[in-house]
Amino acid sequence: MQKKSKALLGLASAFVMSSALPNLAKADQLTLCWAAWDPANALVELSKDFTAKTGTEMKFEFVPWTSYADRFLNELNSHGKLCDLIIGDSQWIGGSAENGHYVKLNDFFDKEGIKMDDFVPATVVGYSEWPKNTPNYWALPAMGDVVGWTYRKDWFERPELQKEFKEKYGRELAAPKTYDELKQIAEFFQKREIDGKTVYGASIYTERGSEGITMGVTNVLYDWGFQYDNPEKPYEMQGFVNSADAVKGLEFYKSLYDCCTPPGSSNVYMVESADAFKSGQVAMQMNFAFTWPGLYKDEKVGGDRIGFFPNPAEKKHFAQLGGQGISVVSYSDKKDAALQYIKWFAQPEVQAKWWQLGGYSCLKSVVNAPDFASSQPYAQAFLDSMAIVKDFWAEPSYATLLQDMQKRVHNYVVAGNGTAQEALDGLVKDWTEVFEDDGKI
Amino acid sequence: MNISSSSMVEKAADATARAMPTSVVRRLRGLSDRAIAWVFIAPTIILLLAINIFPLIWAIYLSFTNYRANRPNAPVLNVGLGNYERVLNDPDIWQAMQTTAHFVFWTILLQTVIGFALAYLIDRKFRGHAFWTTLILIPMMLSPAVVGNFWRFLYEPQIGLFAYAVSLVTGIPTADIQMLGSVSLAPWAIIIVDTWMWTPYVMLICLAGLRSIPDYIYEAAEVDRASAWRQFWSITVPMALPFIMLAVLFRGIENFKMFDMVTLLTGGGPGSTTEVASITLKRAAFESWATGRASAFAIVLFVAVFGLANIYVKALNKVKQR
Repeated sequence: MQKKSKALLGLASAFVMSSALPNLAKADQLTLCWAAWDPANALVELSKDFTAKTGTEMKFEFVPWTSYADRFLNELNSHGKLCDLIIGDSQWIGGSAENGHYVKLNDFFDKEGIKMDDFVPATVVGYSEWPKNTPNYWALPAMGDVVGWTYRKDWFERPELQKEFKEKYGRELAAPKTYDELKQIAEFFQKREIDGKTVYGASIYTERGSEGITMGVTNVLYDWGFQYDNPEKPYEMQGFVNSADAVKGLEFYKSLYDCCTPPGSSNVYMVESADAFKSGQVAMQMNFAFTWPGLYKDEKVGGDRIGFFPNPAEKKHFAQLGGQGISVVSYSDKKDAALQYIKWFAQPEVQAKWWQLGGYSCLKSVVNAPDFASSQPYAQAFLDSMAIVKDFWAEPSYATLLQDMQKRVHNYVVAGNGTAQEALDGLVKDWTEVFEDDGKI
Repeated sequence: MNISSSSMVEKAADATARAMPTSVVRRLRGLSDRAIAWVFIAPTIILLLAINIFPLIWAIYLSFTNYRANRPNAPVLNVGLGNYERVLNDPDIWQAMQTTAHFVFWTILLQTVIGFALAYLIDRKFRGHAFWTTLILIPMMLSPAVVGNFWRFLYEPQIGLFAYAVSLVTGIPTADIQMLGSVSLAPWAIIIVDTWMWTPYVMLICLAGLRSIPDYIYEAAEVDRASAWRQFWSITVPMALPFIMLAVLFRGIENFKMFDMVTLLTGGGPGSTTEVASITLKRAAFESWATGRASAFAIVLFVAVFGLANIYVKALNKVKQR
């Protein structure tokens, strides 16, 4: 009887232990949600230091870009507890702040001495602030990113091509400074035979489903003078979104798509563009800067064969901002631990290591360091690009605004329906309706 | 209720009672047949109400409001028929409906004609017909995600087998065969894939129809010296017609909801050329978060499908009764 009691006691203890252990582990675990891409792998590596220092285990939920917004916005809207920390897209800030998804970080920053002045100003506006240009912070700039270009340096340096190009255009075959130069180079390479293979001018964004073509088109439109609204009167879009210059910019994008992209480029975004470059199809490639470390390491097109340049200028000089800030999810049960992660992540030495591992730090002490520009072959192009960034609407209704633009510009650029003027006039109409629904106009 | 079925119910009730505590047993023994029937049916009805009926009623309610799922704290206002008015006056929605109707018409036509022809051939029971049947069924067994990605590569102008084959036959350069990027070709690219994938399904149903026709009818026709053509039009087609119509009904409802294939192949593009109603609905509901308006659109779609299916089922019943 005594033996039986002991055995029962032992079993009960084992049961209690086995059920308690996972709970203990769970209390010391944080889940960070982000997109599944190269920088996320770098963050996994970086976060091992956090675990070593604090004992808090880091769990990661990475979702492919195609379902990143759907998955995590659903999670936030349903007040889910999956993510303690989230690296959310820059456009989500408005909605996440107004709908209470993110913890406001001002008090925490003040308490811990984290200063937003220590970060690149454009990234603070882009990733942290809502309303824009006000000191209300909902995220810490985590991953600086911007649309830029890579080119086949080895092709550009071929003497016979340099000679031919100079005879034709009267200038050196080099990384373009303006969009007109870029188009000339793209035309020069289009359907050219190089090493027995037909190559093409450039790969640009044309994807319809999520945000691809908008990111590509805006990247070009900004340089022609497109503005989201009247700087003097918010949400007044007539004559700014559809200005004569914006129309010319959109016409240019279509002409670039028509003249100089590889066949089958009607639905290209980050992955497809990088693939076109890696497979040696194109001389130039538009893509976010996060792809650059991976491309530089590529055996076939990386190393000495690849060059990087920031978005060319036209009348003005801008580039489409990408990237994200890191936020604490307000529905998390572990907000304090999550804030500790942000405190750790904001440290200069951690940010320096973040850059070394393949992440793009937004901390001034990292990017303004004397050796930063020479630290990686793409560092200078990244610095130059981050100095000229501009972002899409970050309004709570950004998704509807984005869909409207996807539809209008894809209809014109890829499907060839109507004119650029009609596309942008239609966009003004759509966006006006959205802001009327939101009660903003 | 006859005696045998009554005793079976009693036996089942006894068996259930034996496995339960005494008080429950007493209560069960006292239940009428009707009450026992309700005990068995109730879980299903509750589940049905929770999963199908309640969301439907909730969606109808939301369709009269300005509710947005991403702003749960915002005040929910009754907008009357405003959402319906907006949906029915939205040219984009009408275009999506037209695109959907185009897909449904052509996919059903092609799948029915090819599916029936294949069933007719397979029904001949030639040597190796079982092998060919299995081979034909393979596309239907694949996941739409696999099929979508697979065909996206096939359609690739530079490396795709489809472009290569068309180029070989027509002499058109492969670079010019842009199935997914051309406004005129993209809808057909999707129709081809859907037909490739779902024709076997129609074939199976038609085959069941053909095999249900008794041999003696053909034997009688032979005696009457009816030609093969006459037998086909006077026996095969009329007797297989209810099955064909059933296949058309299933495929029609399925294709009205077409989503995955279009998303994978074109994402609704080029422009909005292949944006079917389900994609427009998904964008309104889960990207724009215009929940009220999306609910109104969903109700409009539901009424359209339900109404058409109802008319069709009545026609099907008439054919069956002939």
